[in-house]
Amino acid sequence: MAESLNSLAALRRHIASLEQLPARQGCARIATGHDPLDHALGGGLARGRVHELFGSLEDEGAAAGLTLVFGRLAAKEAPLFWLRTGAAARAGGAAYGPGLAALGIDPAQLFVGVMADETMLLRAAVDALRCTALGAVVVELRGRAPLLDLTASRRLALAAEASGVPALMLRIGAEPGPSAADTRWRVAAAPSVPLPGNAPGMSAFDLHLLRQRAGRDGVSWRLVWDNGRGKFDEMGDRRDERHDHGQGDGASGAGAPLSGAVVSVPADRPAAHRAA
Amino acid sequence: MRLATLDAEALALGLTPGMTLADARAREPDLRVFDADPHADQDWLERLCDGCARYTPLAALDPPFGLMLDISGCAHLWNGEEALAREAAERLERHGLHVRHALAGTAEAAHALCRYAVGAAADEDAAVRRLPVEALRLGDESAVGLRRAGLRTVGDLAARPAATLAARFGEEAVDALHALLGLGQRPLAPRRPRPAIRLERRFAEPMGSTAFALQTLEEMAAEAGERLAERGQGGRRFEAVFFRSDGLAFPLRIETSLPVRDAPSIMRLVRERVEALSDPLDPGFGFDMLRLTVPQAEPLAPTQLALEGGEARRQEDVAALIDRLSIRAGRGRIQRLHPRDSHIPEQAQLALPAVESRGPVNWGQQQEAGDPPMRPIHLFDPPQPIDVIAQVPEGPPHRFRWRRTVHEVTRYEGPERISPEWWKAKDGTLANESVGLTRDYFRVEDARGRRYWIFRHGLYGAEAPHPGWYIHGLFA
Repeated sequence: MAESLNSLAALRRHIASLEQLPARQGCARIATGHDPLDHALGGGLARGRVHELFGSLEDEGAAAGLTLVFGRLAAKEAPLFWLRTGAAARAGGAAYGPGLAALGIDPAQLFVGVMADETMLLRAAVDALRCTALGAVVVELRGRAPLLDLTASRRLALAAEASGVPALMLRIGAEPGPSAADTRWRVAAAPSVPLPGNAPGMSAFDLHLLRQRAGRDGVSWRLVWDNGRGKFDEMGDRRDERHDHGQGDGASGAGAPLSGAVVSVPADRPAAHRAA
Repeated sequence: MRLATLDAEALALGLTPGMTLADARAREPDLRVFDADPHADQDWLERLCDGCARYTPLAALDPPFGLMLDISGCAHLWNGEEALAREAAERLERHGLHVRHALAGTAEAAHALCRYAVGAAADEDAAVRRLPVEALRLGDESAVGLRRAGLRTVGDLAARPAATLAARFGEEAVDALHALLGLGQRPLAPRRPRPAIRLERRFAEPMGSTAFALQTLEEMAAEAGERLAERGQGGRRFEAVFFRSDGLAFPLRIETSLPVRDAPSIMRLVRERVEALSDPLDPGFGFDMLRLTVPQAEPLAPTQLALEGGEARRQEDVAALIDRLSIRAGRGRIQRLHPRDSHIPEQAQLALPAVESRGPVNWGQQQEAGDPPMRPIHLFDPPQPIDVIAQVPEGPPHRFRWRRTVHEVTRYEGPERISPEWWKAKDGTLANESVGLTRDYFRVEDARGRRYWIFRHGLYGAEAPHPGWYIHGLFA
């Protein structure tokens, strides 16, 4: 038993050396500024790694928005590269500078690559990831993307590792498959905290950590991106001061936003009692 | 300090160039004085001269404030000499210049006629002979000497034997006289653009190997790089032509976003281009000539080697990546977004090829701080039609169907009314079909939190009986 444990440990070490796991312990992190999220990730998203963000076709705007926000946080002042295919730009809409600027992603520091097909896209992505001068590379793939298999994903991971540039794979309408990604997320739009007059507020996202290498996963957060201050807000701390006017009948009840930080109240005791 | 030059009003007051500033101020206390800047004057004159390339390729400077155009063989394009001169004068006058011009058989005569002509004359020769002796440009002393000798005009001088003139006033006087009368020639020194760098290699035997051709091209690129370095320039565009012995020529063009003159980086792009060719570079019976030209070059100062991680180095790296990707995927595929001054949403930005767009782009403040984004991050082109149910016709959407899914609107903001550009309509009225309809934009959020930008196309009743609804963008 002890022997087999020893050999198991030896094997693990061997595999670890093959996978260069020790290297990842010391790699730089991109703090997202959202404490619970950063804590779960051990300081933030790892630099020089591949991160996959999945979003359904309906949640395309939210998924793209959050991926670009992460890219901007990673890139700081350096240029951000956004690679997509021409088909994706036609189906999902073209990148729109005024909106990106409003979200806090300066279009002056953004290069948009609209590639003819996915082969070209992946080749360009590897090339872009090798360029150390870039801040981050966002690779948008729409649909199943059969070309992005384990080999292709590993190739991207190696390029990212060599240069230290994080690769953010934006997967629209795809299901997670085998890949060399460091973290894997599912992104969906979340109801925003309404502004007075029931106007849509700051962009809100539901983020679910599907997988993390050598770390805990299966956790969910609700993030609110404050584009003015350029950081994530805690959901719920601003809720009380806002008024929630439903529009017409039924509509208000269907989509009442729930914050992550609502304290549950026992049924037999009124809420006022706790405060007293 | 002395006065260098004066305007017409000051001359009318009796001031003259060369007068000391103190004297001038004593006479005219309100005199407005500016520093003379001969270099700026020279630059201005050079720019005007370059602008005259539209009339003739042979345009020369005639400092301090003259331009000399050789219009032989060019006048018919402008319907005659006088018409050309008039058009040039009008163009220059638009810059606030006072233009005087003269036409003559020689440059010297034109120069003199323009400055010293007195009244009309029967023909050019007569006009030249009536010019005062100052027109010879021999200096004040000689001019005074000539006048004392009773020789007041060029005609007087021409009547004398050349030998006596040379003995008294020097060889230059005779030369100047002959040039003025069209007997001798003085060359014009036109300003010309620097010829583009153009290198050729001819081979005694046609060369069957593409690899060797590329190697030769690399040598040529190194030579071109040296020449560019001498000029302090770097190339933005390079064109290599492979001439085949059977008469076919393969041109390859590469473009860079930053000026380069470094042979390896040029060749890296050329190789990238060769690989991206849909039909490969086929030597056939061999290449017998290679040509490399640099059609576009820009100043590139010699740079000091930057330390690792320097800003300059970083920019260069990004530029190299963009060049490579643009060559491989196509010029317009790597884009940068530029703001445009328009309130029509789809016209508020311009996606330009990143190879072309260098320098800073200023997006500035797009909206008030503290507001959620008012514009989407994705914009559909064209907008996608949706079915909308609204409680009142002019009201906000209540429910809409897009891509076969029904979305319940829980929050909305709007309308933000965006009018068409009525000032572009032909008859200038608002109700004109040609400029489009008014759009009422709503920022809406559905029950699951997805945020959309939708609009109603046209005003109820006034512009359209049943306005259509469209989705124009997606918010984050």
